[in-house]
Amino acid sequence: MTAIVLTDAALALGDDALVLSHRLGEWAGHAPVLEEEVALANIALDLLGQARVLLSQVGDEDELAYLREERAFRNLQLVEQPNGDFAHTIARQLYFSTYQHLLYGELAAGEGEFTALAAKAVKEVEYHRDHAEQWTLRLGDGTEESHRRMQRACEALWRFTGEMFQPAPGLDLDWADLETRWTASVTSVLGRATLTVPEGPRTGAWAAGAGRQGLHTESFGRMLAEMQHLHRSHPGASW
Amino acid sequence: MTGVTATATAAAGTDASYLAVFDAAVAADDRIEPRDWMPEAYRSSLVRQMAQHAHSEIIGMQPEANWITRAPSLRRKAILMAKVQDEAGHGLYLYSAAETLGTGRDELLDKLHSGRQKYSSIFNYPTLTWADVGAIGWLVDGAAITNQVPLCRCSYGPYARAMVRICKEESFHQRQGYELLLTLSKGTPEQHAMAQDAVNRWWWPSLMMFGPPDDESAHSAQSMTWKIKRHSNDELRQRFVDIAVGQAEGLGLTLPDPELRWNEDRGHHDFGEIDWTEFWEVLKGNGPCNEQRITQRRRAHEEGAWVRDAAAAYATKQQTQRAHETQQETTVAAAQHPNGEATA
Repeated sequence: MTAIVLTDAALALGDDALVLSHRLGEWAGHAPVLEEEVALANIALDLLGQARVLLSQVGDEDELAYLREERAFRNLQLVEQPNGDFAHTIARQLYFSTYQHLLYGELAAGEGEFTALAAKAVKEVEYHRDHAEQWTLRLGDGTEESHRRMQRACEALWRFTGEMFQPAPGLDLDWADLETRWTASVTSVLGRATLTVPEGPRTGAWAAGAGRQGLHTESFGRMLAEMQHLHRSHPGASW
Repeated sequence: MTGVTATATAAAGTDASYLAVFDAAVAADDRIEPRDWMPEAYRSSLVRQMAQHAHSEIIGMQPEANWITRAPSLRRKAILMAKVQDEAGHGLYLYSAAETLGTGRDELLDKLHSGRQKYSSIFNYPTLTWADVGAIGWLVDGAAITNQVPLCRCSYGPYARAMVRICKEESFHQRQGYELLLTLSKGTPEQHAMAQDAVNRWWWPSLMMFGPPDDESAHSAQSMTWKIKRHSNDELRQRFVDIAVGQAEGLGLTLPDPELRWNEDRGHHDFGEIDWTEFWEVLKGNGPCNEQRITQRRRAHEEGAWVRDAAAAYATKQQTQRAHETQQETTVAAAQHPNGEATA
């Protein structure tokens, strides 16, 4: 692996974690039960920790987080999707943490720059995946309303899932195999939750690998405006 | 006191003997535990105070969460997220502690949402700049700690034990708030001005956190007799001012009180009169954010109702299914004749 490629990979994985952490941070004070205030903040913190390690491999974490514009971010479109209702947030968590769990599992088992990070992260992500799975079961197999909302959330986010398996630069993985295992895992959870696996396309022409190329959805720019505003208002200041 | 002794002693006695055992335990600085007999007024006073304390943790998440998405560095963002998470955790401890007195979390939240129980008046002030996050850590958490450290010796065991855990985390938050302000104070002129402005806005509301003056405090005398409270409002307020003055100097920031000065004779700082009209107005619901805070809390609860319903429905289904499986196993086992022959 060359240095440039490593940088690309660290940026892609770091941006995923940074952006999803930010979205989860928006839940603070709004969760349906106190236990979820704790859980969502906890997951957000884990992800922020991962982001900081990864971005620091590339450069200054704050410069990268606060001074890049939308087109320079390399995160998946999935993680930038607005929180929506609790079902949307859980569907996004299920899709992403299943992916991240498999991905970090591979990286932890291999050799290279990410082994140490992945070995730590994979334990955290296993909890995230379990949390998302438990809630998918409760919502899917809960009441009629929760079932309907969970099904709708799974469908709404489905079209962003194909992007996860577009080969990320610098990560030498069997992406097709990752996709097969991801599909099997998610299909099993949705089945146990009495939910139907969405039938729509996993990715559109626009979404195929778009986030990794800096092509994002519209809400992302607004998210960055909020995230970066204070930092950008005081150039060169320390915090 | 040990639950066993109190119950055994009181069991044979009258109300007067129950009370004597209780009074003796309080006088001896023993802990009252959930199964011990206690005067109804002691119980209801504790429920009121612990509920208000728990509600304050929950409402108190809002002014700080307001800055999570705008925190100016990733390090600060992580610290702030962890702090808000701790507050939710403190709320959970305190609701659990209150539940040992025979009330339920749902009931307490209901009282918060309907305005029948209060939360600390401080959280009705807005966080207008990033420096407010530091001022809350330093002053608001500082005042909270001054109030809460004596509660670690409160006569009611579950409350005292919750406070031991909570105070440890609060002290950590306070140091982080102080360090945030110090960084701003030593930063650019704009950052320094931001820090000073935040301290100017949070100083007086922080002094109000200790409650009304001693001669106007409705619950103080009784709470002190019961050793729920150990020091008067004014004593704690004075203690806080004396500590804060030195810390403000360390920060290179001033406190917005022209009458603040050291009094050699008293060995304390004299300070200006608190605006009690403002205090009572905020308490009555007319502060800058009262409406907003309670509306957001109610909305989170109402919008989360379908999620809680789903969790309950799922749990019931799982239970039914487990019961069904157990029954099937029992049936299968019973169907096996002791000599190994299956019955028809």
